[in-house]
Amino acid sequence: MQTDPTQWLLLDWAMALIGAWLAIGAAGVWALRRFALVSRVLFPLGGAVALGLFAVALGALFVPAQVAVLAIGLPTLPFHLRLDALSAFFLMVIGATAAGVSTFAAGYFRQGEGTPPGLMCLQYHIFLASMAGVVLADDAYAFMVMWETMALSSFFLVTSNHRVAEIRRAGYIYLLVAHVGAIGILMCFGVLQANTGDYSFANMRAQQLSPFWASVAFGLALFGFGAKAGLLPLHVWLPEAHPAAPSPVSALMSAVMLKTAIYGLLRVLFDLLTLQLWWWGVVLLAVGLASALFGVVFAAVQSDMKRLLAYSSIENIGLLAAGIGLALLFSAYGMKPLAALALTASLVHVASHALFKSLLFLSTGTVLHATGERNLGKLGGLMRAMPWVAWVTLVGVLASAGLPPTSGFVSEWLLLQSFLFTPGLPDPFLNMLIPVVAALIALVAALAGYTMVKFFGVIFLGQPREPRLMQAHDANAWQRRGMAWLLLANVLLGLMPIQFIQLVDPVTRKLVGDGLGPTVAQHGWLLAPTALERASYGPVFFLLGVAASFALAFVLVRKLYHGRIRRAPPWDCGFPWQTARMQDTAEGFGQPIRQIFEPFFRMRRELPSPFDAQPRYRVDIEDHFWDALYWPIVDAVVRVARLIGLLQQGRIAVYLLFSFVTLIAMLLVVRQ
Amino acid sequence: MTLGWTGALSQLLEIVLALALAPLLTGWVNQCRAWLQNKSAPPLLQPYYLLHKLFNKESVLAEHASPLFRSAPYIVFGCMTLACSIIPTLSTDLPLTLAADAIALVGLFALARVFISLAAMDIGTSFGTLGARREMLIGFLAEPALLMVLFCASLISTSTSLATIVETLAHRELAIYPSLAFAGVAFTIVSLAENARVPVDNPATHLELTMVHEALILEYSGRHLALIEWAASLKLFAYSCAGLALFCPWGIAEAHAPLEMLLALPALALKLAIGGAALATLETLSAKMRIFRVPEFLATAFLLAVIGLLVHILLGS
Repeated sequence: MQTDPTQWLLLDWAMALIGAWLAIGAAGVWALRRFALVSRVLFPLGGAVALGLFAVALGALFVPAQVAVLAIGLPTLPFHLRLDALSAFFLMVIGATAAGVSTFAAGYFRQGEGTPPGLMCLQYHIFLASMAGVVLADDAYAFMVMWETMALSSFFLVTSNHRVAEIRRAGYIYLLVAHVGAIGILMCFGVLQANTGDYSFANMRAQQLSPFWASVAFGLALFGFGAKAGLLPLHVWLPEAHPAAPSPVSALMSAVMLKTAIYGLLRVLFDLLTLQLWWWGVVLLAVGLASALFGVVFAAVQSDMKRLLAYSSIENIGLLAAGIGLALLFSAYGMKPLAALALTASLVHVASHALFKSLLFLSTGTVLHATGERNLGKLGGLMRAMPWVAWVTLVGVLASAGLPPTSGFVSEWLLLQSFLFTPGLPDPFLNMLIPVVAALIALVAALAGYTMVKFFGVIFLGQPREPRLMQAHDANAWQRRGMAWLLLANVLLGLMPIQFIQLVDPVTRKLVGDGLGPTVAQHGWLLAPTALERASYGPVFFLLGVAASFALAFVLVRKLYHGRIRRAPPWDCGFPWQTARMQDTAEGFGQPIRQIFEPFFRMRRELPSPFDAQPRYRVDIEDHFWDALYWPIVDAVVRVARLIGLLQQGRIAVYLLFSFVTLIAMLLVVRQ
Repeated sequence: MTLGWTGALSQLLEIVLALALAPLLTGWVNQCRAWLQNKSAPPLLQPYYLLHKLFNKESVLAEHASPLFRSAPYIVFGCMTLACSIIPTLSTDLPLTLAADAIALVGLFALARVFISLAAMDIGTSFGTLGARREMLIGFLAEPALLMVLFCASLISTSTSLATIVETLAHRELAIYPSLAFAGVAFTIVSLAENARVPVDNPATHLELTMVHEALILEYSGRHLALIEWAASLKLFAYSCAGLALFCPWGIAEAHAPLEMLLALPALALKLAIGGAALATLETLSAKMRIFRVPEFLATAFLLAVIGLLVHILLGS
């Protein structure tokens, strides 16, 4: 507890705000079925709290770490909380994203769907509070409690429409993977405390682990946090759970919850572990790149818009892991400025992905509400019916495709810049590896562009594939407010990366002992991570350059010639009968990817014969991991479960005998 | 590199020059190709006549075309103008090169590609989406290859700033560098693909099975089409100048030398004329390939560029 009760530290404010979230959740239970109260008052209040948390976190970036001990839980095990730069950064991301998503949610949930609104409000705010709790926790106990609360509350949110069998299945897979991952994290903490019995993070920082045990801890952390983040091969829950959840929840899960796993990874690798080995970086790079490539290739062939975004999240998490791996590599060789560069790239990407992915998920929410369709094959032409959503989504799409001058490009640019420094690494083997890695990142970024053109083009452009799409309505006022906030944050991050990097500076200083803040501050509006001759990028000038020549061309054409326009039916090489069915479907647009990356997929095709009266074309795409990894595991588990079944005799006498034998055995053990 | 008046002047000069000369380069390539194919050549200034004619015509828009469709030509034109102004053609003393380096240049081309593809999907015709899909297919293969070529040059000059790259390369002694040789071949392949040239696409076709770029812009007319055609010329100009700046940078003026810039102009014109003729020759000698051979073709470029990088790292040259 704080010594001086009159003076509130930022950490106290943060706790108070998290408490406010819980209170809002509790109020939701009180107003269980009063829809208007929950959606018009409680959710916007939650958004306001999130904004407050964002402000607190912003302030906390530049002050020394603050600690607190909360006497909740078991008598001898209080919660240790700590607000340092790393927690503050992630708290900031949580706050900024949640502010937009909560505001949106005020206009999203509708009466009479699935979970009662009040209960939804409770789950939603517990979810938010537990995510904030995860980044504040300073001992393994508090961390795991928050982590599990996060997993459980999000499980209930995912299964809010639990009458659908598919959604129940998705929730089950999610819960399973989350818990398998949690075991990994728990064991990782077990290794980190090195038999001292003290599970506080402060104690873990003080331990000097041998390289072997440190590597074990690294492996467990990668497994545990990788399961939550959706790194290969533990990604399978992600494309199931994200589409199943209501859109604001998918937005939070993809944009923020995956980031808590990244937070955990950073916390363990750069803070709790005192030792860093170079090959960890290589492992992270490899896993990250595999996830990124896998994610983007699968995203390109999806025909469900939320699944597409889920796979795109796998891609982005992969890129993040690759960036962290590179930072680890540099850090292990003691090249602090370069580690800071790679880490900054990753942190910018954390923020940028959180902002654009939540925006995209929210936009799929509005489309889903307006049309009732998630299937890309039944959408199209929504730009006419929903122009507001379409233009906002376009910004998110450009950011997701990593195009300048959006935020997505900034992180990609910084990441590629840090790869260009790798020839300085002392290991010739790594030097050779790195160009290949950079090439893969370039490929992933380009494929992301393909995917995003498909996403936007098939949903919003072209002719409506179903006649009722013309009656679709645009987003309502609350939804617009939420999306406008995320849009603003996105644009600002894209145009003001220098200011943002200065915010990130304390974080990288804490983690790798160096930061880019002073360097980037030297050149005004030009982003130059090292020297101006080496590389620079000025997003504002970039935008102004394109906009100026746009405007000049627009004005001059009208001045020198004319601005006449005539509307006519589409030309299409003179072909007269144009129907919506002649456009590319989502499958058609993904076809080149299916062909080029064929080994990635397990495809089942049903092709119609020429004599079919009602020809059907069907293609199912699955990933190999189910067959090669998951089903064998499931089979093994079922087999073991059958063995356990041998014990189940169904007779009380036998069970009593088991208890008796166990008791005797225990006594024997205790006696010795 | 300071933002002095020479910088501003050379920047302005370069933009105007690019806008004015780009159609000429297109006309020159067309003329050379016609000669090589034993056809009677159109006038050298034909692209200008075409632009003038198109600007005079009214724009016919599809009934349900959205504002995105109408703004895409301006955006593409804006992107290509910016691309031409950041690539050092006459001088390396350009204020705008600071705003976008080699990676941002690739991003700029990608931005234009995404917008033109989205615009093609906007009308919802069969050709439009077909063109968009093929364009993005070519794009996602060409973009990494181009980035690898630029990385190759970046590693040599330890900079991604285009001005620094060109200055460094121009000051090296005259010799064939293996890494740059690989990168050069890769760059040629990428340029052919990106500029809708023959082995990948045919700029003179309207046959549905083969067209890519033409399918994209099928619905455009009047001033919109003019802007797109102009942007295509600018893109060819930008690619040619980038290639010349990377692989034969001699003759480019460096900072604070107005006189040098005057000399740089004929040097550039000569290099472009030779480059354009070479492009026409390449186009005449090769046959259009099937769309699904294109990935192999571009993967070759990608691998060549990566080999170039490896060669540079291994041999240090």
